[in-house]
Amino acid sequence: MMRTKAIPLPQELARLAEEIAEHARREGLDFYETVFEMLDADQISRVAAYGGFPQRYPHWRFGMEYDSLQNSHRYGLSRIYEMVINNDPCYAYLRNDNTLVDQKTVMAHVYGHCDFFKNNTWFSQTNRRMMDEMANHATRIRRYIDRHGLEKVERFIERCLALDNMIDPHSVFMKRRAPRGSKSSESNGAEPTRYPAKSYMDRYINPPEDMESGDENGQREQRVETSRLPVAPQRDVLLFLLENAPLADWQSDVLSIIREEAYYFAPQGQTKIMNEGWAVYWHSTIMTNYCLQAHEMITYCDHHSGTLATSPGRLNPYKLGVELFRDIENRWNNGRHGIEYDRCTDIEARRTWQTRTPPEGRVIGQGSIGREKIFEVRRVHNDVTFIDEFLTPEFVEEQKLYHYRYDPSTGRMVVVNRDFDRIKAQMLFQLSNHGQPYVYVMDGNYRNRGELYLAHKHNGFDMDIKYGVETLKSVEAIWGRPVHIAMRIDDEAMLFSYDGEQSTQQRIDESLDLPLHQMP
Amino acid sequence: MISGITKDHQRFRQIVKGKIREDLRKFLTRGELIGREGNKAISIPVHGIDTPRFRYGDNNDSGVGTGDASAGDQADTQGEGIGPGGDQEGKHILEVEVSLDELADILGEELQLPRIEPKGKKQISSERDKYTGIRPVGPESLKHFKRTYRRALRRQIMTGQYDPDNPRIIFERGDKVYRSWKTVMSPRSNAVIIYMMDVSGSMGDEQKELVRLEAFWIDAWLRRNYRGIESRYIVHDVRAGEVDRETFYRIREDGGTRISSAFRAAKALIENHYVPHEWNIYLYHFSDGDNSSETDSRECCALLREHLLPMCNMFGYCQVASAYGSGNFINVLHEHVADEERLITSRVNTKDDIYDSIKAFFKAGR
Repeated sequence: MMRTKAIPLPQELARLAEEIAEHARREGLDFYETVFEMLDADQISRVAAYGGFPQRYPHWRFGMEYDSLQNSHRYGLSRIYEMVINNDPCYAYLRNDNTLVDQKTVMAHVYGHCDFFKNNTWFSQTNRRMMDEMANHATRIRRYIDRHGLEKVERFIERCLALDNMIDPHSVFMKRRAPRGSKSSESNGAEPTRYPAKSYMDRYINPPEDMESGDENGQREQRVETSRLPVAPQRDVLLFLLENAPLADWQSDVLSIIREEAYYFAPQGQTKIMNEGWAVYWHSTIMTNYCLQAHEMITYCDHHSGTLATSPGRLNPYKLGVELFRDIENRWNNGRHGIEYDRCTDIEARRTWQTRTPPEGRVIGQGSIGREKIFEVRRVHNDVTFIDEFLTPEFVEEQKLYHYRYDPSTGRMVVVNRDFDRIKAQMLFQLSNHGQPYVYVMDGNYRNRGELYLAHKHNGFDMDIKYGVETLKSVEAIWGRPVHIAMRIDDEAMLFSYDGEQSTQQRIDESLDLPLHQMP
Repeated sequence: MISGITKDHQRFRQIVKGKIREDLRKFLTRGELIGREGNKAISIPVHGIDTPRFRYGDNNDSGVGTGDASAGDQADTQGEGIGPGGDQEGKHILEVEVSLDELADILGEELQLPRIEPKGKKQISSERDKYTGIRPVGPESLKHFKRTYRRALRRQIMTGQYDPDNPRIIFERGDKVYRSWKTVMSPRSNAVIIYMMDVSGSMGDEQKELVRLEAFWIDAWLRRNYRGIESRYIVHDVRAGEVDRETFYRIREDGGTRISSAFRAAKALIENHYVPHEWNIYLYHFSDGDNSSETDSRECCALLREHLLPMCNMFGYCQVASAYGSGNFINVLHEHVADEERLITSRVNTKDDIYDSIKAFFKAGR
């Protein structure tokens, strides 16, 4: 039999949770109320398949996720210790078969995440009632399924999901253009005229059909007029489709749901290293300073080092994050920062640099300059800026980082060197847009035939052609007219097209019409 | 209440099965499945399940790693945290676990094989109640009198109430014990499949592989549909002998071919163990059709007509194409035994024919 209800949190753990929260607050962490729930292994897999939420819209891809989680759990390949969701209150799940010391570590770790969710600026625009929102999404999509049939809705969701990486995570922080309403209020002509009438005569003087159809026509005209042509290359492809593709109401709603969820999850992708590093920093600080009993030491160390384990060739975000936070704390405590330090090229001088005396103690705690610095870092940075700002040659050396690349002659990944600039550039590249290509809408009325023209902004790496061609089909299904994407493949500009029946590709040369915008 | 994820999971499995169905011919030819048991999971690569997204190509993989390696060393980079798209490597092909039974079901649906009608009365796998233990509660009719009496006696002796002169034993509530039972399924075997395989020298490795694949799938499907089905395996060159399943799928032999030897062995097997009116008997014979002599072929026909065909539900003869030999046996069968509807023949030249061959065997629905 399957259990759907959480196991109530035992008294002992509830007490410990409060105790750890107290330590965390004293250390300066600031988090939403955090609700812990106990789940057994299978329930954890279920929740994890849903991205941490108890409810999502029905779709088989969650089933697929569950299938693979279940298998990897069954074979002992992976173990999910905890999960936490960015919500107010924060929800966190504990596994019922964790040992007590694991539970304590997990709780301390969770408070680290909660603090990060609440205070990191990249999370500031996320919906803190996402738990409810997800349930709403589920209800809405279920309603569409009832009305339009499972396969139809499911297929459309897949189309949308294929494009869910084409959003603009920065757009939530700025106004890229005037809100849509502002212009339409000026051009009032589209609004059908409403004559003054007594309420009981209103239906006859202003027939509702007229009012409605007028409304719709007006809107449609306006739509064509204002935004089929993006003002500038538009990175939020989903938004462009939402506003301009000929979608039924339910389809627009599905697309907007997918887009909203993509935006909700985006900051977690943008801050993976920082978020995990921060949480590890705090579980280790809290555990070693306050919570660890002598007899729990070995288990704690074992599991903690398991979390931070690196295997050759891999970068563990937990490890990288916490080491970098510690490095920053240490540098600021010793005064190893500022313009003079940055300009100093003498390795020996940098190593022994000390313009500030660090406070005493094994763990340098609150109030130190280093600690203040890392709180600031966790507030304003994301992974890209974090690496860009704080990665130092010393750190790269200490962590034994290297740069590798694919060697076509052997077909293997081969270590190239340990050059700092190369390593940093590579890391930044991988992190920017979390490893996804940048795709922009260039034209929504290409060749004056209502065709959609996308373009990949090439930054040193080609896009995958096979995937690109397949994904284009999803774009076409939503757009309803032929679609194109310009990509640079082996230093040659290529245009891939799909017209609903066949995929074509051609070299971009003078004979081709230019889209409205060119990639800068 | 079924939780959302359960439904999603069911839907996912349904989609996977659909994909497998599309590629069924391909899966039927996977030799490594041979010898698997029904409930064991098989990992199967399924194409085109995952949603394709715009992503970076694989050819320009590079990344940052950590460790002691020096320049030129191989960076062992399976897994996360590496170059662009690195952690999605190969995800387009999803490895899904299915059991052999599930595959056999899909095979059955896809081929639209009729379920073979059971024969006789013994085939119903019946539930039977069996008294297996004792429990403190139960209906009075199941009271275990002897034990109850003993318990009461013991209690009375212990508490000093027992009077040898007036041995009256009165049960109290705590004394009473009852029989308890378990429901056991007792499946009755009602069908036997006898596989006969030609392992003579003219059957090359390729031919044997084809034969084994076909036999394997027939076996898998029939086992799926008949709980407790019996399978017997006979291999022959000039002499025939019964072997176990393991040997049947692995054996290498050499020598000439005398098909009648296998037919005789099958006949003997049936006569000794399987009464035809109580058993569904299915005979399959796989060969390259290169029988040693015309006389023997004629003898085979006589055996079939007079003994084997009247006894069995179906006789399937599957002939694989061989580089050597005449492959004439199938023609002999067509010539002499063509009017028997219990005899079904098929030819398998390549792995792709397996599917059609199985279909041919089962379309009649015997």
